[in-house]
Amino acid sequence: MDQAKIRNFSIIAHIDHGKSTLADRILEVTHTVADRDMREQLLDSMELERERGITIKAQAVRVQWKGHQLNLIDTPGHVDFTYEVSRSLQACEGALLVVDAAQGIEAQTLANAYLAIENNLEIVPCVNKIDLPQADPDRAAAEVAELIGVGPGDVLRISAKTGQGVPEVLDAIVDRVPAPEGDPAAPARALIFDSSYDQYRGVVAFVRMVHGKFTPREPLRAMAQGTRFEAEELGYFSPTRTEAPTLEAGEVGYVITGLKDVSKLRVGDTLTSEARPASEPLPGYKDVKPMVFAGLFPTDSDDYPELRDALERLKLNDAALVYEPESSQALGFGFRCGFLGLLHMEIVRERLEREFDLDLLVTAPTVAYRVRRPNGDWVEVHNPSEMPDEVEEVEEPYIKASIIVPKDYVGSVMELNNERRGRFDHMEYLSEERVLLVYELPLAEIVLDYYDQLKSRTRGYASFDYDLSGFRPGKLVRVDVLVAGEPVDALSLILHRDAAYDRGRMLVERLREEIPRQFFDVAIQAAIGSRVIARETVKARRKDVLAKCYGGDVSRKRKLLEKQKAGKKRMKRVGAVEVPQEAFLAVLNLNGEKK
Amino acid sequence: MSAGTVRHLYVHLPFCASRCGYCDFVTLVGRREGHGGYVDSLLRELELERGLLAPQLDTVFLGGGTPTFTEPGALERLLRALPAAAEVTVEANPETVTPELAALLRRGGVTRVSLGAQSFQPELLTMLDRRCGPDAVRSAFHTLRDAGVDNISLDLIYGIPGQSASDLERDLDEALELRPEHISCYELEAKSGTRFTHEHGEELARQADAMEDYFERVVERLTTYGYRWYETANFCLGLDRSAGRDLRSRHNLAYWHARDYVGLGIGAVSTVDGHRWRNAPSLARYVDALERGLRPPREHEPLDAGVRQRERVMLGLRLDEPLPVDGLDEAIDGIALERLELLGLARTGEAAGSRTLALTNRGRFLGGGVTAELLA
Repeated sequence: MDQAKIRNFSIIAHIDHGKSTLADRILEVTHTVADRDMREQLLDSMELERERGITIKAQAVRVQWKGHQLNLIDTPGHVDFTYEVSRSLQACEGALLVVDAAQGIEAQTLANAYLAIENNLEIVPCVNKIDLPQADPDRAAAEVAELIGVGPGDVLRISAKTGQGVPEVLDAIVDRVPAPEGDPAAPARALIFDSSYDQYRGVVAFVRMVHGKFTPREPLRAMAQGTRFEAEELGYFSPTRTEAPTLEAGEVGYVITGLKDVSKLRVGDTLTSEARPASEPLPGYKDVKPMVFAGLFPTDSDDYPELRDALERLKLNDAALVYEPESSQALGFGFRCGFLGLLHMEIVRERLEREFDLDLLVTAPTVAYRVRRPNGDWVEVHNPSEMPDEVEEVEEPYIKASIIVPKDYVGSVMELNNERRGRFDHMEYLSEERVLLVYELPLAEIVLDYYDQLKSRTRGYASFDYDLSGFRPGKLVRVDVLVAGEPVDALSLILHRDAAYDRGRMLVERLREEIPRQFFDVAIQAAIGSRVIARETVKARRKDVLAKCYGGDVSRKRKLLEKQKAGKKRMKRVGAVEVPQEAFLAVLNLNGEKK
Repeated sequence: MSAGTVRHLYVHLPFCASRCGYCDFVTLVGRREGHGGYVDSLLRELELERGLLAPQLDTVFLGGGTPTFTEPGALERLLRALPAAAEVTVEANPETVTPELAALLRRGGVTRVSLGAQSFQPELLTMLDRRCGPDAVRSAFHTLRDAGVDNISLDLIYGIPGQSASDLERDLDEALELRPEHISCYELEAKSGTRFTHEHGEELARQADAMEDYFERVVERLTTYGYRWYETANFCLGLDRSAGRDLRSRHNLAYWHARDYVGLGIGAVSTVDGHRWRNAPSLARYVDALERGLRPPREHEPLDAGVRQRERVMLGLRLDEPLPVDGLDEAIDGIALERLELLGLARTGEAAGSRTLALTNRGRFLGGGVTAELLA
């Protein structure tokens, strides 16, 4: 295909602002999906695939429009997968920026839009949902225009729902988005921007051919990881998998690799041809390592095998997810899982609960610590309860955080960052209104509720992004929690020494509120080593009766007791004490305890 | 058709002069002109269910509402038409008790009156929307005594918003002064959806800590004065002070022993032979169905063996007598039982050749939670 006739673009939109509706409409307008029946069929087959535990991700759909080949590249739903998003954007020359006509621009969209601008993408702005009665297209258009520096007249007005304006969107992509400018004759280089797993064919890599071309059966190599394989099949999605004789410079498509392990092929890596390899990979590859860890435990310990199977299946499509078995005295058998970040954790948890119907308890997230033992050995600790008692030195991961915020909120953000042991790096005015703040922060300080705090203190206007900036020593101690004299491993925390007393006190106070009164007094203590730093008591219950119970009340009272009994089953027993699941999450919003 | 076996009959009289804010029973305000028609319907329902009843009933209980607010002619007709029983209880509100009413009840075979006193403090009675003052309570009590009612129960409520510990002690003193045969003492429940909860729910929640020991105070005071704490919320004069009469409510004991009973009237519940039904609460539909010779609209609930066992345990553990548990093993969580015994909340034993289970004194104060834990 002549590169001049190719346009590669993605859609940037806040959740619910109409990204998938617009994508559907584009498929229809371009007759990529013939009619309604076919679409239903398509959905059905996806459902079926899902039941077998594979997700066929139509991550890049090719459509034809007025003699042009348009490739729509999906971006991961969340701005917090910044790295993945940036790889997807790097595979494009343009982006549709879709904003809800009633809601206007949202912080999340902003971060992705900036990311697109940084990647030199041509932005095609659209205001969507103009058919809604509460829509204010002029206001939304003005906002978008101001943000990306175009005239309000350049902002398209569409309704993805009714299809109004959708052909104009496609025209604008053809007119405004530059064609790819790869060197078709150069050694082949393709950017991997996503991958999925097919249970019969192995890892399927989604690639953007930047230079050169691939042909089927050609031996290929992932340059950063060194993984070698043969291209079993090449093709593109339209919207189903369609085999193609070649993938050429400028095109977007898939490569079936036959590899059985998704972690052998990482997003951001460059594929090249073994026969005529490129000398340099494409820029921007990062070896993304999990930095946030949490324990996942089945609420019902009988579900452990199901959780293990579910993690195995998720792992097939999620190279960044790592896990190993963990056993906790309080929570039983589960897995210690490593995630890229908090949202990755949220997504994994949600998929486990929704797709695999598991009831989970997720412990407070922690970061990876590096610990030097008295014998000089360095060990990595992913779980506070594994922090050795005897340590010479502890290092924790730091991040460089970029926070973009309207200028009125600069003070609030600085205050928050100071509370979180942040070190101010610099700030700059992006415009008269918007300020970029750069801070260095310990990752541990953001894994708990930093996002929530940032959002609530800036009324949702702040957008936030971070990069790991390495490990640094810290004065860190392990704080243990004892309930009725028994240490509860799942509640141990690693804290900065200066904050240990305050947080320990807050934690036992929170636990006192979370642990229901029992039939006896329950002491809750926080301790560093053998030294108790805080203590609270949950007083024993003195009365608990169902007052009136006569002929007409029996069924209702019985159901009440049965419900009470079922509620108890959801609790975890620590020694003789019943601890509700929520208590294990008490640690999560300790920092937010500002009244 | 052979005679039935049910020996306990409940009759619901929903009418009240006004609705008390805390009440969530099926009640109807006023409508005196409808009382006669409702009684007709009750008697029709009685005829339809007569086959379930044993030839000789043990107990009849007229509950409400305010049964004694029922128009006297209709009430008298009802009492005369109901089958005789060893114990016939009527619930009464103090302001409805006149010498005429007392005489009517006696003529109608009533052996026991349950008087809704609730409190003796004027402010607290106002808080509860009660229409009478403390004097009316005392006066009603004496009127009933004078008419020869020798088995009177007083209902008291504690945990009323603004009720101090000394208010509670005063209420108990006043009640004890009357020396009723029986006292029912309930903590005020802020039931969701009631006007009372809407207006006072928050206040009650704030006072919860201060009122935590009221239940203990009630039990302590009443037992000190010779009352037997025979059920979670019920007390009666002990045998030594009652000339040997067992003054426990025989009708309510039937519930706690999980015996069968038939209930007549709107909202009334019956349980017969593993089957439970509840009449719909609508007066119009009730009267209408029975006028056409049909059973009123009902909700049915079959009780399988497991449910029956669990109810047996739940109800039996409310009593001070040990519950025979042979045959109830499936309803009891053995591990929980061991734990509760260790904590001194439950006690196993043996009586009359059966293993038994009872709650300890402290266990009874925590009866709800302990029972929830015990149930398998």
